Amino acid sequence: MLFLQFLLNGILIGGLYALLALGIVLIYKATRVFNFALGEMLALGAFILYTFLSTLHLSLWLALPGSVLIIGTAGLAMERLTLRPLIGQPILAAIMATLALSLMLRGLVLFYWGSSIVSYPEKLLPARASVFGDIYLANELIWTFVISLACFLALLVFFHFTKSGLFMRATAEGHDTAQAAGVNVERVFSMTWAIAALIAGVGGIMLGNRFGIGITTLPVMAIKAFPAVLFGGLESMTGAIVGGLVIGIVESMVGGYLNPQLSEIAPYIVLLLILLIRPEGLFGLKRIERI
Amino acid sequence: MYRPCGTFDEKYSQTMAIIRTRKHWILTLLGLAALMTMPLYLSGRVLHFVNLLGIYMIAAQGLNLLTGFAGQISLGQSAFMAVGAYSAALLTVHLHIPFWLSIPAASVIAGLVGVVFGAPSLRIKGFYLAMATLAAQFVIPWLITNVRTDLTGGSSSMLVPAPKIGSLALATQQSIFYLIIPLTCLTVFLVTNTARSRIGRAFLAVRDNDLAAEMMGISLLRYKLLAFFMSSLFAGLAGSLWAYWMRAISPDQFNLLESIWFLGMIIVGGMGSVVGVAFGVIFIKLFDILITLFGPRLTGFMSPQLAQDTAAGLSPFVFGLFILIFLIIEPRGLAHRWEIAKSYFRLWPFKY
Repeated sequence: MLFLQFLLNGILIGGLYALLALGIVLIYKATRVFNFALGEMLALGAFILYTFLSTLHLSLWLALPGSVLIIGTAGLAMERLTLRPLIGQPILAAIMATLALSLMLRGLVLFYWGSSIVSYPEKLLPARASVFGDIYLANELIWTFVISLACFLALLVFFHFTKSGLFMRATAEGHDTAQAAGVNVERVFSMTWAIAALIAGVGGIMLGNRFGIGITTLPVMAIKAFPAVLFGGLESMTGAIVGGLVIGIVESMVGGYLNPQLSEIAPYIVLLLILLIRPEGLFGLKRIERI
Repeated sequence: MYRPCGTFDEKYSQTMAIIRTRKHWILTLLGLAALMTMPLYLSGRVLHFVNLLGIYMIAAQGLNLLTGFAGQISLGQSAFMAVGAYSAALLTVHLHIPFWLSIPAASVIAGLVGVVFGAPSLRIKGFYLAMATLAAQFVIPWLITNVRTDLTGGSSSMLVPAPKIGSLALATQQSIFYLIIPLTCLTVFLVTNTARSRIGRAFLAVRDNDLAAEMMGISLLRYKLLAFFMSSLFAGLAGSLWAYWMRAISPDQFNLLESIWFLGMIIVGGMGSVVGVAFGVIFIKLFDILITLFGPRLTGFMSPQLAQDTAAGLSPFVFGLFILIFLIIEPRGLAHRWEIAKSYFRLWPFKY
């Protein structure tokens, strides 16, 4: 019974990691940039909604789309201002650019909202736990999982049934080829960042609702999505989902059976093992190099 | 390499020399003399910054060997610094080993840990390697916090006694200066020479294309691990000096942000350039110091809590901005600007 409890807890948390991992994979697939700024984007999304709700007293149905839209626009701006000029630069430039972006966002969040941890005036999702026999599951986490699943399905539909989705898939195959076939690759880059920022906004709001909104709490969660991304493979959306769930389960199991403190770094130990055994991840592409 | 008109090399030793002309010698000696007499005419507060710069310089030069020369990305430099700091502290506190033995020992220990975390570099590169070193950045401080807390003090800070020569304790900024700064100079000299030797050339080949380098007979196993070893060795040296200088160390002094600072310093300074990294460290750190000094004044009109938060946000914001500006506008860093300035003065009054 305990096993089932840990497993289900892990899956529910893993759903969130999967959503965050998806945000990273989307950007990596299309633009070959690993977004280290994800954590700060989460915090930004959560804080914008916080301002709408508790300072401006907007109704939730106005505040929620509003804040998600703002964070999406912010994603667009980030790509346009910082990563667009760096297309074609070495890989370190891309890494450092997103790291620098994360520092700047952290600075901005500190300017405006400070370093304290706050929470929404009222819980956005039902907070009580559901009881199934001996198993207790937080309703919040179940809702979070369902919303993550809905986001994933929406993305799947977007990729397979819209023209923009087709362009994005073409860009992921190869920038030059896509450009030659008439895809506006730069526009696809912008769109990808906007969508990934939307995901980050949604994820940040859900995480902030559960764990408290603060520059100290949210970015840490995003860093746990990195092992999930590598576990599944940087290029694979399915991989992000599987990786997220696996990391969630590992974390919950290690915390439950071995040592609660060990669960903090369990994802990174998994990460090191993956890198040593199968660096391209479960569903990633094996790269063949030519000189 | 450019040299002033009328300077000729007649022997091989002259071609190889770092310091070439008599003027160059005089300037170098004057510079060294000015540096070494700093404690005589600078106040303790300024010396505090000079010592800090010295320690950062060592770690950044080490990272420059790894990232700038050998092209391997590392997000774990401050974790390796933590290994050095804690090794030195443990050796001093629990085994009572004098500092002149514990500093080299701590450096070597950090170097070996660096090799362990650098081992994945044989199979992976780019983002994947950044991830492996990122894992080091989380695993190492966790180990310090949670394993054998009776020795390390866990997450609370560990106190380190001041290093002693005979009965003289290097407890003041003035005295510890003479431990830190000579080692900084030595590091800069060693890195300069490594860069122009066989090892440095091999690093450059590995950076440009590791497969091609292996085809040319450069053992990737040896040189990639050597790069990690040397880089972590200098990180460990910086860390052990940090321990003796701060005299109270805790795991959260060595966080991911610090590692990003080091990467930022070598980018702003110019990757793969020893002088450039020196500029980068000084430039970035000076700005940080200016912000900590004048940030509170800028925010003086706000409420205390808000002012504190704004001042805390200013430093990462400005630092991130600098990295982005340099990446986009001057990817070759301050080193390139320095070369341009030098050739301008050398050729004056002509344009080229």
